[in-house]
Amino acid sequence: MAEALPANAVLQLAGLKKSYLSGDSELEVLHGIDLTLQRGEFAALIGPSGSGKSTLLNLIGLLDRPSAGQLFIDGVETSTLAEAEITRLRGQRIGFVFQHHLLIPAFTALENVMMPLLIDRGRPDAAMRARAAELLAGVGLSERADYPASKLSGGQQQRVAIARALAMRPSLVLADEPTGNLDTHTADDIFALLREVNQREQTTFLIVTHDPRLAGRCDRIVELVDGDIVSDRPNPAHQPAG
Amino acid sequence: MHPWLPFEWIAATRFLREGRTQSLLIIVGVGVGVSVIVFMSALLSGLQSNLVKRTLSSQAHLVLLPPEEIARPQFGEGQALVQKQAQRLRSIDQWQALRGRLEKLPEIAAISPVASGPAFAVRGDANKSINLIGIEPANYVRVIELDQKMVGGELRVNAGEALIGIELARDLGATLGDKLRINASNGASDTLTIVGLFDLGNKAANARNVYVGLRTAQSLLDLVGGVSSIDLALHDMYQAEALSQRLNAETGLIADSWIKTNAQFFTALTSQRISSNVIRFFIGLSVAFGIASVLVVSVVQRSREIGILRAMGASRGQVLRTFLLQGGIVGLLGSLLGSALAWSFLALWRTLAVNADGTPMFMIEVEPGLVLIAAAGATLVGVLAALMPARRAASLDPVVAIRG
Ligand SMILES: Nc1ncnc2c1ncn2[C@@H]1O[C@H](COP(=O)(O)OP(=O)(O)O)[C@@H](O)[C@H]1O
Ligand SMILES: [Mg+2]
Repeated sequence: MAEALPANAVLQLAGLKKSYLSGDSELEVLHGIDLTLQRGEFAALIGPSGSGKSTLLNLIGLLDRPSAGQLFIDGVETSTLAEAEITRLRGQRIGFVFQHHLLIPAFTALENVMMPLLIDRGRPDAAMRARAAELLAGVGLSERADYPASKLSGGQQQRVAIARALAMRPSLVLADEPTGNLDTHTADDIFALLREVNQREQTTFLIVTHDPRLAGRCDRIVELVDGDIVSDRPNPAHQPAG
Repeated sequence: MHPWLPFEWIAATRFLREGRTQSLLIIVGVGVGVSVIVFMSALLSGLQSNLVKRTLSSQAHLVLLPPEEIARPQFGEGQALVQKQAQRLRSIDQWQALRGRLEKLPEIAAISPVASGPAFAVRGDANKSINLIGIEPANYVRVIELDQKMVGGELRVNAGEALIGIELARDLGATLGDKLRINASNGASDTLTIVGLFDLGNKAANARNVYVGLRTAQSLLDLVGGVSSIDLALHDMYQAEALSQRLNAETGLIADSWIKTNAQFFTALTSQRISSNVIRFFIGLSVAFGIASVLVVSVVQRSREIGILRAMGASRGQVLRTFLLQGGIVGLLGSLLGSALAWSFLALWRTLAVNADGTPMFMIEVEPGLVLIAAAGATLVGVLAALMPARRAASLDPVVAIRG
């Protein structure tokens, strides 16, 4: 299977379906999604509310399991993996940025950024701290490192969440409406930050957004309607540099 | 974040510290429960050992006696006539060999052969019925604390010497250094010097017991070379009944344990212990429910954070352990607080529970062992109480938790 994949595919979906049980009947929310993301892509996932964007993102993020179809992360087919392997793959290959920031309030900004490393290695060490400090500097929040997460503003919290998503050097960062809770100015900043990380680290991004203005700044726009991809096109307005 | 602490420990302590009020309340709750258990245990063991001491310090744990002589059936005209023989002093068969065997039993702490029987103490006009007891003093005091009971003179029973109780001394108007004539029922008699006075804390014993050397008693009581009983002290006095049955079966001797001779007293001790165990169990149970309910609430409150941790790669096991640890930490801290509280209660008790002369009614101590047991027990109860909430946390669906 893996040989059939394009060499650089970070993500490949083939006939991915997801149904929910509602009452006695099954409700199919995703009807067979095919999608491939190459390393370094910066893609937007758009579509009306209820079209299945979050459901798809949760499947890709290995937070949920598909009803049918195949899902490869870095060439690894995930449908046969056991729970513990899924958890490890998720921790090591995928970064999340959620709409509601979702930091752990009992920890400082720096500690929140360290968290994925701490979970992975089991015990904190100096290298981890240094990496977290570097990531915080990267999102312009060095001077807030020791603030409790709950004392940060919305924009600052989202910056910390982005730094945290990058801690494990993931292959793929999934962002579900990362700017949905922010004012336009802050949203622009956050978006620019994501873009910058993408260019600098060649990290692959899949970003769910409602905002056509922000989608217009992505390299590729995937549109989902009622559980089907209705269009998947490069963004002519914004081709990647080079 | 200390470098040597694992993720689970860091998360558990942070969560507890963040939920400060809840954590503090439940730790105090656990502390109060533990303090009652520790205080009650210390009080009860102090009370019981005091009672046991007062009641049993002049009794052996186990007494071996010669078997009762078998009554011989005598056949008359068509009817069986059973006649019990008159009891007379008998010696334990081959008691020296038996002593050798007893010395090999690990349960036995001390062996004291005794030759005792009825006699009369005569001084001037006074003539008192007594119980003449011949002992090897060095062994006897290891079974019955006669050395602690001496109120005058010395614990010494060489030839021609005797120890008498304070009551008998009064009855006879005798004191240290006075002579005493002992008449045995078989006509033998001897004159002894009073070298020591004792108070066994029991009026009858103080009036009747007269201690002499083993040989003196043997010759007065017609038991030359023999002993009428062997008194034993055990390392664990509560083994007395089991051992008595074993010895009875092995030797055919009558073996009376203190438990049987003080059956009512022993039953009282046992039921006291049972009822306190019941109380302890229910306190433990309510402590467990307290911890569990606080953690259940905490899991609900933190379900988003748990979802996020899972999204970042935390395993179910890591989440489970984080919450089990919180239960354990609450139990441990609560038990330390509880031990400190119990210690204060006991200090207060000591100042209140005093005799008229200001000496304590009886000694009670919080033994370090008890504190350790309480700490280990409360930690375990905490972990067990956390089991249900921790499993709930571990099985949270991250999608639902994050969306919720
Ligand atoms: N756990 C669930 N159980 C039942 N239906 C669900 C569940 N999660 C999502 N859905 C349904 O799936 C559809 C897609 O939802 P979602 O993926 O959240 O859409 P979007 O993010 O595009 O707004 C909706 O109709 C929603 O009601
Ligand atoms: Mg959504």
